[in-house]
Amino acid sequence: MYASLAALLGQGGAPAAEGAAHFEPFFPGMIILLPLLGFVLNGLLAIRHGMASAVAVRAGGELDLDEGGRPATHTLPSLIGPGVMLLAFILTLVNFIRMLGAHLEEPVVISYWTWMSTGTFAVDAAIQLDQLSMIMMMVVTGVGFLIHVFSVGYMKEDAGYPRYFAYLNLFVFFMLTLVMGASYPLMFVGWEGVGLCSYLLIGFWFADREKSDAGKKAFIVNRIGDVGFLVAMFLLYKTFGTLDFVPLFHDAETLVYGGGLVTAITLFFFLGAAGKSAQMPLYVWLPDAMAGPTPVSALIHAATMVTAGVYLVARSSVYFALSPVASATVAGVGVLTALFAATIALKQNDIKKVLAYSTISQLGYMFVGVGVGAYAAGVFHLMTHAFFKALLFMGAGAVIHSMHKAYHTTHNHEDAQDMRNMGGLKKHMPITWITMWVATLAIAGIWPFAGFFSKDEIIWQIGAFGGAANAPYPALYTVYWIIALAAAMLTAFYMTRMMVMTFHGTNRTGEEEVKNLHEAPVVMWVPLAILAVLSLVGGWINVPPAIRESFLGLGPLTSEWLHHWLEPITAQAMHIQEANLGELSHSAPFGGGEVMWAIISTVLAMTVVFASVRFVGGQKVVPAKDSPEPAGFSKVLLNKYYVDEFYDRFIVQPIIRMSRFCWRVIDAGIIDGIVNGVGWTARGIGFVASMLQTGTVNTYAFILTVGVLVILGVSIF
Amino acid sequence: MIAQALVLSAILFMIGTAGVLIRRNAIIMFLCIELQLNAVNLAFVAFSRLHGIEGQLFVFFVMTVAAAEAAVGLAIIISIFRHYETVNVDNFKLLRW
Amino acid sequence: MVDILFYVFGFVAVGGALGVVLAKSPVGSLLFMVTTLASMAGTFVLLEAHFLAAIQIIVYAGAIMVLFLFVIMLLNLGHDYERDLKGGVFSIISFATVGAMAGVLQRQFRGAALPDAITTGGASIDAALAEFGVVGAIAEPLYTTYVVAFEITGILLLVAIVGALVLAKRSPA
Repeated sequence: MYASLAALLGQGGAPAAEGAAHFEPFFPGMIILLPLLGFVLNGLLAIRHGMASAVAVRAGGELDLDEGGRPATHTLPSLIGPGVMLLAFILTLVNFIRMLGAHLEEPVVISYWTWMSTGTFAVDAAIQLDQLSMIMMMVVTGVGFLIHVFSVGYMKEDAGYPRYFAYLNLFVFFMLTLVMGASYPLMFVGWEGVGLCSYLLIGFWFADREKSDAGKKAFIVNRIGDVGFLVAMFLLYKTFGTLDFVPLFHDAETLVYGGGLVTAITLFFFLGAAGKSAQMPLYVWLPDAMAGPTPVSALIHAATMVTAGVYLVARSSVYFALSPVASATVAGVGVLTALFAATIALKQNDIKKVLAYSTISQLGYMFVGVGVGAYAAGVFHLMTHAFFKALLFMGAGAVIHSMHKAYHTTHNHEDAQDMRNMGGLKKHMPITWITMWVATLAIAGIWPFAGFFSKDEIIWQIGAFGGAANAPYPALYTVYWIIALAAAMLTAFYMTRMMVMTFHGTNRTGEEEVKNLHEAPVVMWVPLAILAVLSLVGGWINVPPAIRESFLGLGPLTSEWLHHWLEPITAQAMHIQEANLGELSHSAPFGGGEVMWAIISTVLAMTVVFASVRFVGGQKVVPAKDSPEPAGFSKVLLNKYYVDEFYDRFIVQPIIRMSRFCWRVIDAGIIDGIVNGVGWTARGIGFVASMLQTGTVNTYAFILTVGVLVILGVSIF
Repeated sequence: MIAQALVLSAILFMIGTAGVLIRRNAIIMFLCIELQLNAVNLAFVAFSRLHGIEGQLFVFFVMTVAAAEAAVGLAIIISIFRHYETVNVDNFKLLRW
Repeated sequence: MVDILFYVFGFVAVGGALGVVLAKSPVGSLLFMVTTLASMAGTFVLLEAHFLAAIQIIVYAGAIMVLFLFVIMLLNLGHDYERDLKGGVFSIISFATVGAMAGVLQRQFRGAALPDAITTGGASIDAALAEFGVVGAIAEPLYTTYVVAFEITGILLLVAIVGALVLAKRSPA
């Protein structure tokens, strides 16, 4: 046990591949352990704080505040929470730099101890360091650190401050387990753990029934997807006898291409991914998850947890490449979700809901990417999306924070998140305004921001895949391509609408409140600025050669680095794809090369942005309390196609009725009845038997005689 | 004669058992128990004709013990009578459920 | 001759026993018991257990029954007695049980082969009787082979006396 602890704390060894440069991990175990340590420390502080405040409140006093209005309990978590994240990020960076120089061919698996070993099944507590996990670790720790810093400012006045940071650190721990695990069970541990933390953090203000219900909804819908994950694991184990990545992928090609088994495995994995990454039909938890604090939405529901599904598909790329049906399903569901969510976002009034549906839509894009064999492109979009979506959420958080403060001073109870109550905020919150515009342009896919390169690559790959030499369903992929383009235009529209309603035009907050609208404090806008820079330059690391050679490639600033970096991971899948599909097409479905379509899509997106600025700006927006009820199709969109109501009526209520039946009739009635019945029977028998105790001697003499007779009889006969 | 003695002993024993079961007066119940003991004594004596003097010795001891038992038992009945004013066993119902 | 006497004694004994069980008066029961004991003593004599017959009369009928009589008189049960046989279902069941007992014993008897003549056991008794006399035949094994049981019986009697005294004592009022 001490040996494994020492290994966890120390530098891991590395199996040196023949001829490859040596990659020595630098305290990789600490990367995972540090957030866990943060959780423990913050958790202890939370318990202590909780006990102290309970005592204080019971004694009739108030919480102990210092001059800055900040309770004394806030100092330590402010240091521990972001502190461990910073250390973890630095360690990840060191390992990344080492890996850069090492040209790794095979993943480095460091096993610490044997977690389970029963019969023929053995799973180790092992981490796998390869290019894919390294990218994910960088995103998680980097963006995570920025969000932790942002939270220091956002959650300043919240009484549950230490608990918040404890949960946030726990989440990062589980997310790192997910991306660093060397086997599917370990990944599943992280998978479930992030689901748990999502529940804890969404329902952070659990005193409000709606918010805790949202947390439950997230957890339950996730769990529905997890069934798929489990079944897929069972199938894999049954076929291969192991669940570690390295041996699994080694033997993956023994599966029949397009066969039933591999299709089943991948479809079940996709079910799990759909639950975790909010694709149809399991996306319903994500909009409700906006009930949690905004930094939580930024971290969990933009940058990390929801990308776990994409990571799963990317990690299992071999299996998806072996099953054209499953890949087509993944791409189909992804693109439909992208369009569906985009339409809903058109009419939402709550700023966070717009961003939530936007997330669902962009996740759809990521799944399209990994569904057409463009695994590197999907991961690339994951990374850029993390940048600009986290920025968007944090910016929205700054806006909401400011609006809350303004309403608080006048004791107004209007909804601080409703865009109809905002407007003209660019005067009061300039930094937030600029950074959020950077993110909006990125998400709309406008050159040269990050989203342009990633989204464009995906759309291009749909066409390339569909037009390949032996493509399975070429017409289907053409439809996907069209839908993807349409969704991209819708994205540009609704994001611009959001920006215009929030920051431009006249202010609708109110005469008194507008005086109190301020820019966010430093601790909040610095992360925004950093992410804005990343949203601009983040896309320059993965530009395909065709575009690079054109003027769009910005010359020496860009490279195709990410694609080459992930090559050892995707090589196997690419090989299978080439063998079965032939060469990918070099032109889009209706003709035209990559550069041409890149220019077309950027121009189209910019047109949409300008047009919507004029269109939305020209609309008269009324504050929420005076707004009329929408009618017709707008109403349908606003009510998100009534999907939640549909689920409630046809799935949730029947299950509740069945549960009630099981509870009242079967459990309380039958089972308790049997148990109680046994008791009553015993009592009854005892009562009857007690009649023997008449108290008279004659009775006892009689029984004695009978007993003697019985013994005599038995011995004689 | 031994067989007949044994039959007589059995008959007396059965009558004694019936008496114990039927009578309500505690002293008469006790008397019936003494009757049972006597029946057993007869059986012992009959069998001693077959197996030796030990049978009669045992009868000696039985009588001694019966005497002791009668003394103590009657003392108990007297002390019970002091409390209940009757020796009708139907009234001694403290052990009833 | 011996047989006739035996049957006479037998019938008297059975009659007395029935009288004990069925008599109304407690004193009557007691007197029937004395009758039974006397006829039993006669039976003992017929079975060549002379000492026991004497002891039966002296100890059993003479002392124990007198003790019973004393107690009946002490408790003043001689007058105003009513029928105290248990009636009803219980009696029927009791008789059925006794009948079952009869059946069991009869079964046992049928299986056993009881000799009617005197065997070696009886022969040794006759020898002992001849050698030591009537009392000595009992006394000789009692004081030699079975002396421990004898002593214990003595202690038992002592305990019984003390117990009876303690139990019957009136608590100091």
